[in-house]
Amino acid sequence: MDFAQHLPALQVIVPLLAAPLIVLLQPRGFAWAATTATAFFSFAVSIAIAVRILAGDILRYEMGGWFAPIGIELRVDAFSAIVLLIISGAAAISLIAARNSINQQIEDHRQPLFFAAWLLAIAGLVGMVVTADAFNIFVFMEISSLAGYILIAGGPDRRTLPAVFKYLIIGTIGATFYLIGVGMIYMMTGTLNLEDMAQRVVGIEDQRPILVAAAFVFIGLALKAALFPLHVWLPNAYTHAPHMVTVFLAACGTKVAVYVLLRFQFSIFQSFGEHLLQFALFLMPLALLGIIVASLVAMFEGHLKRMLAFSSVAQIGYILMGASLMSDSGITASTLHMFNHALTKGALFLAVAKFATQYADLRIDSLKSAARSMPLTSFAFVIAGLSLIGVPGTAGFISKWQLIMAIMETGNMGFIMVAIVVISSLIAVGYIWRVIETLYAIPTDDLPDDAADVSVKPEKIDMLLIALIFTVAMNIYFGLVPGLPLTLAELSSKILLKVEF
Amino acid sequence: MTIVFAIFLLTMLVITAVAIVQSSNLFVSVMLTSIFSLLMSTNFFVLDAADVALTEAAVGAGITTVIFLSALALTATQEKPNRSGRGIALIVVGLTASLIIYATFDKPRLGDPDAPVHQHVAPYYLDNTMEQMGFPNVVTAVLSSYRGYDTLGEVFVVFAACIGVLFILDARTGTGPKYVTRKMTGLRHHLIPQVVGRILVPFIVLFGLYVQFHGEYGPGGGFQAGAIIATAFILYSLLEGEQAALRAVPRSAQLGLVICGALMFGMVGVLCMIMGGEFLDYSVLMENPVTARQIGIIVIEAGVGMAVCGAMLSIFHAFAARSAEDTDEAV
Amino acid sequence: MKLFEFLGYYNYWVFAILLMIGFYAVIAKANLIKKLIGLSIFQSAVFLMYISMDKVEGGTAPIIKPGVVDQLYSNPLPQVLILTAIVVGVSTLALGLAIVVRIKERYGTIEENEILDAD
Repeated sequence: MDFAQHLPALQVIVPLLAAPLIVLLQPRGFAWAATTATAFFSFAVSIAIAVRILAGDILRYEMGGWFAPIGIELRVDAFSAIVLLIISGAAAISLIAARNSINQQIEDHRQPLFFAAWLLAIAGLVGMVVTADAFNIFVFMEISSLAGYILIAGGPDRRTLPAVFKYLIIGTIGATFYLIGVGMIYMMTGTLNLEDMAQRVVGIEDQRPILVAAAFVFIGLALKAALFPLHVWLPNAYTHAPHMVTVFLAACGTKVAVYVLLRFQFSIFQSFGEHLLQFALFLMPLALLGIIVASLVAMFEGHLKRMLAFSSVAQIGYILMGASLMSDSGITASTLHMFNHALTKGALFLAVAKFATQYADLRIDSLKSAARSMPLTSFAFVIAGLSLIGVPGTAGFISKWQLIMAIMETGNMGFIMVAIVVISSLIAVGYIWRVIETLYAIPTDDLPDDAADVSVKPEKIDMLLIALIFTVAMNIYFGLVPGLPLTLAELSSKILLKVEF
Repeated sequence: MTIVFAIFLLTMLVITAVAIVQSSNLFVSVMLTSIFSLLMSTNFFVLDAADVALTEAAVGAGITTVIFLSALALTATQEKPNRSGRGIALIVVGLTASLIIYATFDKPRLGDPDAPVHQHVAPYYLDNTMEQMGFPNVVTAVLSSYRGYDTLGEVFVVFAACIGVLFILDARTGTGPKYVTRKMTGLRHHLIPQVVGRILVPFIVLFGLYVQFHGEYGPGGGFQAGAIIATAFILYSLLEGEQAALRAVPRSAQLGLVICGALMFGMVGVLCMIMGGEFLDYSVLMENPVTARQIGIIVIEAGVGMAVCGAMLSIFHAFAARSAEDTDEAV
Repeated sequence: MKLFEFLGYYNYWVFAILLMIGFYAVIAKANLIKKLIGLSIFQSAVFLMYISMDKVEGGTAPIIKPGVVDQLYSNPLPQVLILTAIVVGVSTLALGLAIVVRIKERYGTIEENEILDAD
């Protein structure tokens, strides 16, 4: 069996099949180790795929030996490759760091089921990315959603339950809308393969079912991607989920929906003539509003996790704003921001998880002077925060700079958008500064004595801290040497903008 | 005649749906949902979709109703009146409705043989199934071979639901005296349902097995069979009580069934890779590709059946065995 | 055949109406179980849409009759998709109900507004 030839399939089936094995073999501590090993294997496969892509290949795989469109085809190009790296990288880092935090939050006997769900989430997300079949995307979307509900439901607080229920309802509506859209396109084209669909839709693009299908697919995926104002499920779900689950989902959960959305918009609906323009006109105001409103809400939010969750809604705005420019540089910026934001938000939530090991209450006020007892974590939070703001030298700067450059190309209208990016970055300075100020506040004398005791205890160095420092270092590294993600992002935008699929 | 019947069924569907939403008694709503599924299933049959009709009848009208009822037993049976949120609901629903009605008019008419759906991919399946698979049920062929990867995904959706319910309800998966079970005696004191039910159980299982192994030749296959056999065991536990049912099929066996089913499906795929084909390309398993596909399909259909049956049983028991003591932790 | 043509649209209208009834229940009802019931009607409506596509006039279920030529068969593909979707639907529902049961245990109610008030 030729290993290299099976890469796209291995990416999906290894985590998929590992999930039942973990439930089957339940010795203590094994579940975490096996899950982490699987995630690292997945990451290795993603890297191998990325290497092949950078060499100029496009990987195709015919499931069951049936040629497309009869069977289901897997298809990996540069755009898929960068999203695969985000997913499997986020999974590997969050899992290796997860042990202590999960032991704290999930009872021992429930852990095998929990980690099995985690593997299913990975498999579902990568499954959505590698497949080139519209209905297959739905199936794997449901695997990842169900697994996501389970992961979030592991949160210890009772408020987790209504949050996850809301997510379940909205997620199912989103998936069903997507299914309606796909059904209508299928009705008019007779095929489910994306590439085939893109060709067969030419000539009937003004038929009403196709237009309505575009609307349904867009709304369905926008619900999944938490595009403003359809983001209502996200803040509570992220806030109450177990900390390490938040790290994983914040880094890659919504981005996969954005990936599918862009695939549909640019490869299938692209031949609609006016369509892309309408899409942009519709999307851009939503993206801009999302950036401003979500940033403002984050500014006045008292809970650290919820603040970062609202910031994620704003970042989805940035990603879609880049795409709505419909230019080569716009989509490059958008794809690059997916990658960089995953790094940044991942690092920030890792820091939150580390804070949570010593502070039960994650409201910003209660983290007062945390830097005394947790200097490394606090410093890491500062660096990751700078990357979120977009300070030069960090990964966040590169993608924001790309975005501003892309906006400037559009001419006169651009200044308003640049202004919005700048203003929202200033708001980000505001909310990040609020946290930093609290972390480094000098303890006042009227604090009770036990607060001083905490500061004496040295910061425990564990996998979580190491993963955090590693991720922050990556933020700096990709801020100084953005070569790899930038190349993949540029290739992606070429692929999306060309009619050739 | 069929048309009149179809129109009647569709109208009944709408009426039932309205009644479901209108009723403030949740028990009534759930029973009507069961009727809704049955009508839907009949409607599928009228539209020449025998396999789907069978699945909807077994899963929609059967299993779903039972799960709903066991959840009702643990929550509430009466909905409280609430009038807020109607305005926004009507606006959103109105907008969506106008979109769909707008789309209706360019749609190909029902039953039009020239519609694009019947042109491109579908004829390939109809023309080649006999030759490539050697059995006549095209739905089974597409489900288990041409689009077998979708089916694999679906088995894992069921698996996810199963571990999700066990995780959320924190049902112990092991055996032993650790977990408590509600003292449920079922219908042991009611003679007539007891006798009739006992006679029915083996026949339902038999029918399930028939559906499982006849899926290549008639309507049926793993999903339907799994659901039907699960129904038989659920009926048994309703008759004899939770504990008797768990003695017959313990929790670990239910979960084992799901895991084995899912792994069996996956391993057939991996075996195909090892033998030099693509994932799930059964034709490489033996010299004669048609026989090889048939064997592959029988194995994966068995996997599907086991997974669905085990998952439905696990889910049902996770709800049914949730003891009254557990509910005391309410804040 | 006029009547058949009417049925052609009638099927899609019923799909639209059922979709709306389900969707309305999901949004407007505060009772969590009622929301899930609405969700299952919502999904069933989509099944109806897919299955309506597969019908061919004068056709029969797609089980090949050996030796019979010129037999029209309905389209197998939407049927396969909906088989999958039905099972996906019941899976989601089961998970949703499990969450509702936990909500009832920890909040003592399954009405959305009362849960919001409790926190």
